[in-house]
Amino acid sequence: MAIQASEKGPTSSFGERLASFWRSASVPIMAILLAALIGAIILLLSGANPIDAYAALFKGSFSNARAIGRTLEKATPLILGGLAVAFAFKGGLFNIGGQGQLLIGAIVSAAIGFGLGGLPFIIHMPLALIGGAIAGALYASIAGALKAYTGAHEVITTIMLNFVAINITDFLANGPWKDEGIVARTPAILETAAIPKLDNIPLGFFIAVAVAIIIWYLLFRTTLGFEIRTVGLNPNAAKYSGILVARLTVLTMAISGFLAGLGGSIETLGVVGRFQPGFNVGLGFDGITIALLARTHPLAVIPAAILIGAMQAGSSQMQFDAKVSFEIIDVIQALILFFVSAEMIVRWILRIRADGDGGVRLSSGWGQG
Amino acid sequence: MNNADKQVVLEAHGISKHFPGVIANNNVDLTLHKGEILALLGENGAGKSTLMNVLYGLYHPTEGEIWIKGEKVHLQSPRDAIDHGIGMVHQHFQLVPVMTVAENVILGSEVTTAGGRLNMRQAARQVNELSQKYGLAVDPSAMIEDLPVGIQQRVEIIKALYRQADILILDEPTAVLTPQEANELFHIMRELTAQGVSIIFITHKLKEVLAVADQIAVLRRGEMVGTVLPSEATEASLAEMMVGRNVILQVEKSAAHPGDVILKVEDLAVLDDRKTSVVNGVSLEVRAGEVLGIAGVQGNGQRELVEALTGIRSVASGHFFIQGHDATHYTPRQITMLEVAHIPEDREKHGLVMAYPIEDNTVLNQYYVQPYSHNSIVDRGAIRSHANALVKEFDVRTSSVTALASTLSGGNKQKVIVAREFSKPVKLLIAAQPTRGIDVGSIEFIHKQIIKQRDNGVAVLLVSAELDEIMSLSDRIAVMFEGHIMATLPIAEATREKLGLLMAGSHS
Amino acid sequence: MTSNVALANNRSWLDFLRKTGVWVGILVVVAAIYGYTTEPQVTTSMLASTLRQSTPLVLGALCGLLGERSGVINIGIEGQMLLSAFVGFLANVYTGNLFIAVAAGVLTGALLGGLLAFMSVTLKMDQIIGGTVINILALGLTGFFYQTGLTTQGKLQPIALGPLADLPLVGPVLFENPPITYLAIILVFIMHYMLFYTRWGLRTRAIGEHPRAADTVGINVNRMRYINVSIAGGIAGLAGAFLTLEAVGSFERAMTNGRGFVALAVMIFGKYMPFGVWGSALLFGFATALQTQLQFSGTIQIPHQFIGMLPYVLTIVVLAGFVGRTRPPAAEGQPYETE
Repeated sequence: MAIQASEKGPTSSFGERLASFWRSASVPIMAILLAALIGAIILLLSGANPIDAYAALFKGSFSNARAIGRTLEKATPLILGGLAVAFAFKGGLFNIGGQGQLLIGAIVSAAIGFGLGGLPFIIHMPLALIGGAIAGALYASIAGALKAYTGAHEVITTIMLNFVAINITDFLANGPWKDEGIVARTPAILETAAIPKLDNIPLGFFIAVAVAIIIWYLLFRTTLGFEIRTVGLNPNAAKYSGILVARLTVLTMAISGFLAGLGGSIETLGVVGRFQPGFNVGLGFDGITIALLARTHPLAVIPAAILIGAMQAGSSQMQFDAKVSFEIIDVIQALILFFVSAEMIVRWILRIRADGDGGVRLSSGWGQG
Repeated sequence: MNNADKQVVLEAHGISKHFPGVIANNNVDLTLHKGEILALLGENGAGKSTLMNVLYGLYHPTEGEIWIKGEKVHLQSPRDAIDHGIGMVHQHFQLVPVMTVAENVILGSEVTTAGGRLNMRQAARQVNELSQKYGLAVDPSAMIEDLPVGIQQRVEIIKALYRQADILILDEPTAVLTPQEANELFHIMRELTAQGVSIIFITHKLKEVLAVADQIAVLRRGEMVGTVLPSEATEASLAEMMVGRNVILQVEKSAAHPGDVILKVEDLAVLDDRKTSVVNGVSLEVRAGEVLGIAGVQGNGQRELVEALTGIRSVASGHFFIQGHDATHYTPRQITMLEVAHIPEDREKHGLVMAYPIEDNTVLNQYYVQPYSHNSIVDRGAIRSHANALVKEFDVRTSSVTALASTLSGGNKQKVIVAREFSKPVKLLIAAQPTRGIDVGSIEFIHKQIIKQRDNGVAVLLVSAELDEIMSLSDRIAVMFEGHIMATLPIAEATREKLGLLMAGSHS
Repeated sequence: MTSNVALANNRSWLDFLRKTGVWVGILVVVAAIYGYTTEPQVTTSMLASTLRQSTPLVLGALCGLLGERSGVINIGIEGQMLLSAFVGFLANVYTGNLFIAVAAGVLTGALLGGLLAFMSVTLKMDQIIGGTVINILALGLTGFFYQTGLTTQGKLQPIALGPLADLPLVGPVLFENPPITYLAIILVFIMHYMLFYTRWGLRTRAIGEHPRAADTVGINVNRMRYINVSIAGGIAGLAGAFLTLEAVGSFERAMTNGRGFVALAVMIFGKYMPFGVWGSALLFGFATALQTQLQFSGTIQIPHQFIGMLPYVLTIVVLAGFVGRTRPPAAEGQPYETE
């Protein structure tokens, strides 16, 4: 259980800093390039022109202010989803349940958004925002408690809870919280609960960036963060040093779920404006790619999420211009994930010496008993 | 003993084995004659295990040749070594716990009937034949995990003999045995050599070497220092060969001046992970300024006792008091707050976070108090200067306190733990296997530190499987067997023989 | 059981059967007979549906079992099933030959098994992340290459086993099934025999429990892991082929619907034993059959979403160990290093 083992202290000179930056950034950068290369081969095989496709992808994501706005909008829940996975990784947990926590967060924030009338913006919006996040936290802590007190592995329980969440939200949007009309969805949120946009730039993006900084500070500058990382790296030593490991496992999962739930709130209050089934499918998996691309560092999650967000934002342009099915970005994402985790391949290509840390290691059985 | 007449069965010439940054073996020669017991002596880290792994095909030597029965061989894998008649009993038994004795014996060299079906009946018969021939009683259908370690060791020997081994390598075989069980093993070894088997016996225990070996080869820092006959050697001369300088085998210490009772244990019972009771009604007292040693073969409840006293394992019944507080149901942190220091048995699993820098490891027990954190915010500067001071005081060999703990040698890892535990006020020290598997220099250093604490009025509870360590550090010795304290003796009355009998559960 | 030794092999399996199996078995038989006397048609279709629903779970769980017995955790069963289902479906569309289609599915699963072995054995990647890579890759590839409007060319038909199929209740449930359903049951028996009575099985169990012990007696741990995980992948591939070529007849996006993960719970509940896996797969299959039945009959007024959660909630309950704990193979999840 050695989760991202580099916990080196600050280095002194600028040269050293640069070298250390390259050591940690080279693998993700190469992974992206390799994935793009193999993606190009797949595009060629399917009869498309990869250069046109990638050009269109870029055009749709960065070419003008509106495109950039769309990229940042897509990146916003991805930052939070990536943070959720990365934070859990730091505590030795693999949260694949980001999707479920996001759904629960989204529908609760929507319910607060359309259900509580007569509140001023300054109260209503934050209330809906935090309400969704807390719902996500509570939902994730089910998996945390099962792990801490029964040993049930969080990978399977969180996935099962995703399916349960799909059913619960489907039921709510189709039953008690259903909008008038035939479409299965909740009513639109009230004006006072909506997160405003500044020109093209969604305000939610800045909330997400601020949260990433807070999470970084929490992990590396507080005793709670020290405890979470200790449990993640060596739960036995944590126990010996007096940390209450079970309680901390539940808390880590809850914070992770809080982040995913917040992603759902921001998306609901800032972009969609209501809850509807089929909302943001696949975010949980995107979060894993982003977290590993960022090598589980909270601040590195931001650029990683912008990259994946840009791919999503540009994919419809690509489909339109180059006649390429937008699912190619899912394939590229899977390849990025593969190359980021298969560090050995990348290091061999780059001929860089391994740091001695083997990256993320989670598997040690299903931990029953 | 005249070796010139005897047939040479195994010869190693100029064996060198390099690992990145380490030369584990350097130009080592070794000769083994038929029917002889050759003891390979050396301290931890001298390269004994590397050499044996080379002879067993697990490592490939960087340089050098191996000759077996007059034939030059290239051992690519254990399979090759087995084919040449080499059998190895590893220090950590290579047995599958959830399989039977017979299954473990045949694994890799299975007997099958037509259609590839395992012939377990024949396997059981062969195990029985071997155990009768060499006097190694064992039940072929028993499950390994249900057997005591002494019997598991026999299974390992049978495993090698089943593969027609006539050269046996025994790697630290007595580490897990009582003195009496060790004698029984020596008896078996002589029986084997009488029937033509040749044995390489690896150990760091001087007394055993003198008792059983026909020849003694000594390794130091990866190099062969020389070969001597037991009749020409003494413990002191062997120790000097091993370490390369005069070694004080006895720790120098003055008489103890016991003060108040610091730790009082009353009728304590503790369960292990399988929910069976492994500590059964232990009562003891440790006073300020004395060392109480707990002797015993591993697995007699010592581990669980220590875990209970440090709050890591819950107590089934009974009580214990630290400085007068009933700490029976305290959390580990509450116990630490009673000025208790703990050197855990497994330094890599429990004592350190290997992926943390040294500096973070030095505050694992106090990161949450001033000056290392203020209002739950960590003070990196305070931690670093604390770590730098400790590294200097305890002579931890490292390039920097920001280096990862995993980069340290075994002895230096242990020093980091000792430094951390002694860097805050201590009234009670609980030390479990404090010097296991580390070099002599570090052992001496840690022993001195423990005695220094005792002389400063700290109560010390020392648990060790090394009888020599218990005898040289303790003021009183309690012997643990099957979860009971068999007896508690003042050091003056404790002899090896007496302790050995008590460790085996005998009062006479 | 030929000797004491063989008995000891299966000690935990027998215990398990004795403690739970007998009672469950009696209960099932009594319930089935009672059901058949009162509601013959509903009972027959419920039991037949149980068997059908359990087939992909048995296969998925056997895949997981073989991997974990060898020391490799396979969380990519879902992706192995999905991609195999898709490739099998495409093979059927373009060749029209069902045998070739099934073979293509099995081969795809085996190749993905080989990929998992490559990641966990050669690259020493974290096995859970390796499995996740397979899941995401399968989702992406099937999504990218899927075109709507592809028409299938028939699916595997039930084969009646002569007069056995005419027996009341048991006949239509057990002896009139399509081939992969039979194959799944046969594989349970084969896997049990292979694991506990052959050289390969002894070695497989050894590399999953104590790889170093296996290595020191000359067994090539990593090569065996490659072979076993690839075979296991082929079994998952058969489960995928079942979905498109036997059950549904066409491909839908993400049609595995979590079955690969449920299969892991089936494996754990089955205590890593082939017969245990079969029993627990039938239980899960029954839960799914019940769900469909309730939805269909509409006799009980529960929103269908709550019935739909049943298999997933059951999985969580099983994992939480509310129904007994298991001991997984000791070395699973760890890459083997020869030092």
